[in-house]
Order: sequence, then structure tokens, then C-alpha cells
Amino acid sequence: MKRWAIPAVVLLAVAPFASASQFLVNLALLTAFSALLGQSWNISGGFGGLTSFGHAAFFGLGAYAGAILQTRFGLNPWLALPVAVCLGAAAGAAIGWAAFRAGLRGSYFALVTLAVAEALRILANSLEITKGGLGILIPLRPGLANFQFLDRRAMYAVVLVLLGAAIGVTAWLARSRFGARLIAVRENEDAAAALGVNLVRTKVAALALSGAIAAPAGVVYAQSYLYVDPSIAFGVERSVEMLLVAMIGGAGTIWGPVLGAVVLHAIDDTTRVFINTPGFAPMLYGGVLLAIIAFLPNGIAGLRARFARA
Amino acid sequence: MPSADIIAAALLNGLLTGGVYALVALGLTLIYGVLHIVNFAHGSLLMLAMFGAWLLVDRVGLDPYAALPFMTGIAFLAGWALYAGVIGRISGGDDRRILLATLGVAVVLDNLALVIFTGDSRTIDTPYAFAVVEAGPLLISVPKLISFVVALALAAAMWAFMTRTDLGRAIRAVAREPDGARLVGISPPRIFALSYGIGIGCLGAAACLLLPTFYVSPQVGNVFVLIAFTIVVLGGMGSFPGAVVGGLIIGVTESLGGLFLGESLGPIGIPLIFIAVLLLRPSGLFPTAR
Repeated sequence: MKRWAIPAVVLLAVAPFASASQFLVNLALLTAFSALLGQSWNISGGFGGLTSFGHAAFFGLGAYAGAILQTRFGLNPWLALPVAVCLGAAAGAAIGWAAFRAGLRGSYFALVTLAVAEALRILANSLEITKGGLGILIPLRPGLANFQFLDRRAMYAVVLVLLGAAIGVTAWLARSRFGARLIAVRENEDAAAALGVNLVRTKVAALALSGAIAAPAGVVYAQSYLYVDPSIAFGVERSVEMLLVAMIGGAGTIWGPVLGAVVLHAIDDTTRVFINTPGFAPMLYGGVLLAIIAFLPNGIAGLRARFARA
Repeated sequence: MPSADIIAAALLNGLLTGGVYALVALGLTLIYGVLHIVNFAHGSLLMLAMFGAWLLVDRVGLDPYAALPFMTGIAFLAGWALYAGVIGRISGGDDRRILLATLGVAVVLDNLALVIFTGDSRTIDTPYAFAVVEAGPLLISVPKLISFVVALALAAAMWAFMTRTDLGRAIRAVAREPDGARLVGISPPRIFALSYGIGIGCLGAAACLLLPTFYVSPQVGNVFVLIAFTIVVLGGMGSFPGAVVGGLIIGVTESLGGLFLGESLGPIGIPLIFIAVLLLRPSGLFPTAR
């Protein structure tokens, strides 16, 4: 990134705090939230090349963990954040361990993640502890101690902190030896193995790291809307959104998901002004994904490299 | 514990539904076997075909079974055009790009259906929707029985086409050895588009067979995509007999799951089978020689 770019991004991210417009704050909140989820997908899917169609599994586990721990066991929702980090990492490690030890890759891995998320959706839809299809309502008790805010700007600040941490982790990943091994595995598994990289361990660690980022985002979701149900938590739409944000912005780049989230929500809000039919904006995302695959395989972030070469 | 009659009825019901599932899976396994692409848009294309069949029945006034040849032809052309115009063009032979391209197509189609048809579930009325024939203690739904017989007849016709005709042989040649096929004058890109068209044509027929006893909504593709992939993986990716046997097994699994585990937990059998097969026996029941 250019030297002026980081202060510009920070300024843009902080600007909504000065605004009293709930619309603008809400837009910023949703964008930052998408970027956070996209960054989670980006770590395993972008840097590791582990295309997942079921990343909502991690998000949903976090959302349900937060909701259940406070409504059933009286745990303070702030403490649900570290619990979700551990749970997401454990889920990522478990799914990765099972899938990668069995040698699943490419499309097969994508389909298995889809099936895992679907199995979790069905479980959440039928178990007593998740209140089945009714979903869980979190009682309204606004206050800093309860992790519930009447002013959306407070929740936006929480999401920004998490997003900052996720970007920090990704930046570390891009420079670390672990990240180098992960990229080597993405580019050529056989060559990486020949150089002594442990394929299974590297991929499992990437998926665990990714899960550890998506799950606390689920807690934040539950605290923002005070409601979780099986489709919100584990629906395909959420998994696809995470993938789209990373792919459109630039999979395998540090700032790609942020860029992708901004583009996605910009498309979303401009089209809704003109055409508010349900499905119209998501249809455009699909079209943008096709265009990106056809013309910009490295996403919008890849444009810069393209111009630099020209 | 449900009585033996109820279990037998559920078994039979699952078997009949499984016949149509087999036809859906046949299209998917053909596309995988020939093009080696995982067609994630399969469920969404079936959903669109079901809306097409719904239009032919509800708006044009055709009988769903009379609409079958038309819908099969339309679906074939649509699949052929989709491959020649979009999927084959942007994917560039890369596994991940093809997968994501078919996902992109699925997202576009699902939401296109939502824009055109709204999110409502739609069904059709036929005079025989609730007709049954008695077989001992069992009542067999007439539309399900017709769908089962037609689906298996179409599967047999596909089998004959693939093994007995020159075109079928050309398709199998391209599946096995694209370079060798090119040497004897077969054009692999044309066979790819043709095979994709045939695979989607199966969905046109399946849509007409499903409609008398099923509903259609823009979300229905998500239901079918996992069912279809489970069948294909269970049967063995690319295997014709595998798709038929797998379809019947999954139809029965779904039906018995609903009976023993209840409405909400019942469907979990399908993702669990899918995960178990991929982890434990990824080549499936009928491994294809490759």
C-alpha cells in the first residue's frame, strides 16, 4: 500500500463517528462487518487456496455460543468473545483435520464445508438447546457491561477493533514463515511437500485461524440484532457473502476483503435506491463474481499490480 | 417404533422419489464424467427448470407430463448456451475458477428467480395429484409412480444413447481421452457444450416429473444441490449405475430419516452421508476407472 493510503483508510473508517446519521453509521457497520467475515475467508481461501462454501459454520457457531451462554448460563456476553475464538479455532481444526487427512482438496473440500454448514443448520433447527427453528431471542438490556448498545456507533467501534485485529493477523501472515508455507501449499502442494512443508498441519492451522476470526464475528452479530436463528447463522447466503467479499476485493491480499466489502455495499445501496426488488442486488453480486473470475482473477486489488506492470 | 406398514410405505415412497433424484444426479454425473467440472449451478438450474415447467402448466395450460419433451428441449438448449457462452468461456480450464464460475451462475440464477417469481412457493393443480393405487396394504401415489417409471426409462434411454450411438461413443471418448478424440476428428469443445446441454436436459425432464408432487421456490435449488452431489459422490463421481443406485438410496434415506428422526432432524442424513462418503470412501460405491 502507498504511504498515504493507510491514513486515508483510517480517516474513512473513523468518519462515521462524527456523523449523527444512523443510516451512515449502519452502512459503515455492515461494511466493516462484511470485511471482517471476508478477511476470515481470505486467510484460508485466499492465502491457503482452500475454497470453502460453508464458512457460515464458524460464524454460526460463534453466534449460537454467544446467545446460548448468556441466555442459559448467564455468562457475560463479552466473555463469549474469547470463548468464540477458541470454539471457532477448534471447529476449523476439526473440520480441517478430518478433510485434509482424507486428502480432500479443491471442489471436494468446498462441498464438504457446505455439507458441514448444512448439517449444523439442521441440528440448530431441531435441537432443544438452540430453540429449534424459533431461534434464540436475547433479552434487551442495553449497557456497556451487557455488550448491548443503543447507539450503533459503539458496536461499529467493536467491529472496527476486531477488523483491525484481523487485518493485523493477515499482515503478519503475509510476512511470516507460516504464511510463506501456506502460499507454497496453495501454489503447488507437491513442491511444498518436497521442500518439507507439512501439508495437513499447515492447512489445518490456516482453517483454525480463519475459524477463530469468523466465530467472534458471530457473537457481535448476536449482540447487534439480539436474535439468532438457524438460517441466519448457518445459511448458504452467509457463506457465499464471505467468499464474494474476498474474491471480489482480491483473495490472498491483505486489503482485498476491505475493498470487496466496500464495493459490495456500494453496489447494494446504490441499486436499492433505484430498484428495491428483493434479489436484484444479490443477482448483481453474482454477475460481479463472474466478471472478476473472467477478467480479474486476483480481484480488484490485483488491478494495481496490473497497472504497475503495464 | 412405527408399524411395519408405515415403514414399508415410507420405503416405497422414498424409492419412488429416488427415481427422479437419480435423473437429476445423472445429469450431474455426466457433466462431471465428461467435463470434469463440479457443476455447482445444478440445483439452481433444476429450480429454474421447475419454474419453466410451472409456467408451461400454470400459464400455458399443458399437462406436466405433456410439458416434459418441451422442457427437456428448452433445458438442453439453455445448458448448451450456458456452457458455450459463459462457463466454458470464463473458466479457462482451472479447477477453482470453474467451481467459482458455477457458483456465480448459481447466485445469479437464484436471485433472478427471486426477482421474477418472488420468494413464494408455487405448486400446480392436477386432477391426479392425490390419486392412489392400492397394492396390498400400501397406497401408491399415482404421480410418483409415473415419475419413477418415466425417470428410470429416461435413464435407460441415456444409457443406450451413451453405449449404442456414435455420438454417445464420441462423448465417452472425450471423457476418457480428449487428445485422442481430437486425433480421430472429434471436437472436444463441441462435445463439452453438448454434454453440458444433455446434463441440463435431464433437469428439464426431472422438473416436469417433480412438479406434480413438489413445490417450487427460488430457494429450492439449495435443497437439491446437496442431494444431487450426495448421490453422485455416493454412487461414484462419473458413474451412471452409481447415480441410479445412489438416487434410490438417498430417496429412501430421506424418507426413513423423516419417519424416524422427525420433520426437522430428518434431513440430516443427507449431509452426514455426504461427509462420511467423502472422508471414508471418496471413490463411492461404483468407482469409475480413471
